[in-house]
Amino acid sequence: MILETATGRRAAEVARDFPILADRTSTGKRLTYLDSAASSQKPQAVIDSLVHYYAHDNANIHRGVYELAERATAEFEGAREKLAHFVNAAEPAEIIWTRNTTEAINLVSFSWGLENLRPGDAILTSQLEHHSNLVPWQLLAAKTGAELRFIEVDAQGRHLLDDLDAKLRGVKLVAISHVSNTLGTIAPLARIIPTAHAAGAVVLIDAAQSVPHMPVDVQALDVDFLAASGHKMCGPTGIGFLYGKRALLEAMPPFLTGGDMIRSVEYTSASFNEIPWKFEAGTSNIADAIALGAAVDYLKTLGMDWVRAHERELTAYALERLRTLEPLGIELYGPPDPAERGGVISFNLGDVHAHDLASILNTEGVCVRAGHHCTMPLMTKMGWPATARASFYVYNTEEDVEILIEALHKAARIFKLA
Amino acid sequence: MDDFYKEYILDHYRNPRNFGELERCDRSAEDLNPLCGDRIRFELQIEDGVVKDVRFSGKGCAISQASASMLSEDIKGLRVEEVARLPVETVLENVGIGISPARMKCATLGLKVIKSAALGEIASWPDDATAAGNGSR
Repeated sequence: MILETATGRRAAEVARDFPILADRTSTGKRLTYLDSAASSQKPQAVIDSLVHYYAHDNANIHRGVYELAERATAEFEGAREKLAHFVNAAEPAEIIWTRNTTEAINLVSFSWGLENLRPGDAILTSQLEHHSNLVPWQLLAAKTGAELRFIEVDAQGRHLLDDLDAKLRGVKLVAISHVSNTLGTIAPLARIIPTAHAAGAVVLIDAAQSVPHMPVDVQALDVDFLAASGHKMCGPTGIGFLYGKRALLEAMPPFLTGGDMIRSVEYTSASFNEIPWKFEAGTSNIADAIALGAAVDYLKTLGMDWVRAHERELTAYALERLRTLEPLGIELYGPPDPAERGGVISFNLGDVHAHDLASILNTEGVCVRAGHHCTMPLMTKMGWPATARASFYVYNTEEDVEILIEALHKAARIFKLA
Repeated sequence: MDDFYKEYILDHYRNPRNFGELERCDRSAEDLNPLCGDRIRFELQIEDGVVKDVRFSGKGCAISQASASMLSEDIKGLRVEEVARLPVETVLENVGIGISPARMKCATLGLKVIKSAALGEIASWPDDATAAGNGSR
């Protein structure tokens, strides 16, 4: 039953780089981890980087003149260079460390947004955004008197762009997620970004679900801001980044203020450091930034083209296998064509609530997410109280999909479907 | 964990008792579980301090809906003060099996709402249900 493909065999080898995947659940089941859209597992190389930093390189950065501090600084700034190269930023100074995607988006909202938006301006986002790319704009709109508008999506979660030009009138900022965390939809950025620029808008991309899963080139996209999280791309929690074009970042006021982000301070005034440090107040998350650099090294050894090809192939396989559950009442959401989606599949099975489904899958060692996936307005629009969501990454294989299918049959038996 | 979904849980899920709305409602309350979006509303008809009739409505998982359905059967004839003091054990015994911390709010949402209706103010989550937090990713 299990399809053996070139990429599938490679993923089985990749899985051995992730120690947690060799663990068993409390009931002795093999761990079938299908929740990488929430957080990815970590390869040994990233875990080793964290341990090595604290065991051998730990010191505060940018200030010490001793060898240890200089080494920590070099590692920290080296990780920034790796990340800049990974997303093809023009220079490392355009990469600002944040805690996560959410903080990166809030940085833009509080710094660029409060400075640039006026009553009568508009912000354009879409109907399928994660709360982290929606609520900051709701607050910014309320504070500045700007209007919040939405690109609508169809029943399969595909962006409807027929009225894009009209929607862009008066828009100063377009904030769109590259890949939907709920439906997997890949946004048509090649159409949206140039059109937004032609209308005079700045474009921010929430790349939390794309940078870990496909090649992303900020210069080729010509995006103005891009935000992502380390923990979804094999890195540790607590570290993420904001990419911004130099001219925009230089013109922006600081977000958080304090140590490290200043040039000189007097009792009643201060001048600020250059980018990127202007936006990095206080001691940074040094160890996790360096470990994210290790995660980037690891992903480069796999090749992001392979990562995307593998996930696309596995998603196509999973969709095909899940469709065999149609007699039991499975409903699959999101674009039907795997070319139009990332490795995320939301679904419901008969009248089984997603939380019950996730609890039953858990008894088989299968980890899926259930609920609204931080996209409550989308769920309300679609009329779904909740969905279950399986999401794939570099270590997932057809075997994982088969275990998911078996576990769904078990749920169907418990709930006496069909 | 398989016995999580005992026959009577599925029966209450698919055929909830006292489901709907009251024509004459003296006290009501509604709340949701931020973890999964489960919603429950309870309506009480009260005569001489005693619950004479009850209806609930809502949407959610089998545990939350069955738990509310069973509660609705338990409270008819109880004094309002007794409803307000119902211990968490009532619903845990009703559900009949161990509930993981992540699902505790599902099991106790109905209890929170029915106590809110009886008290006339928003009741807090039972202690056991606060450990799961408000996570909503």
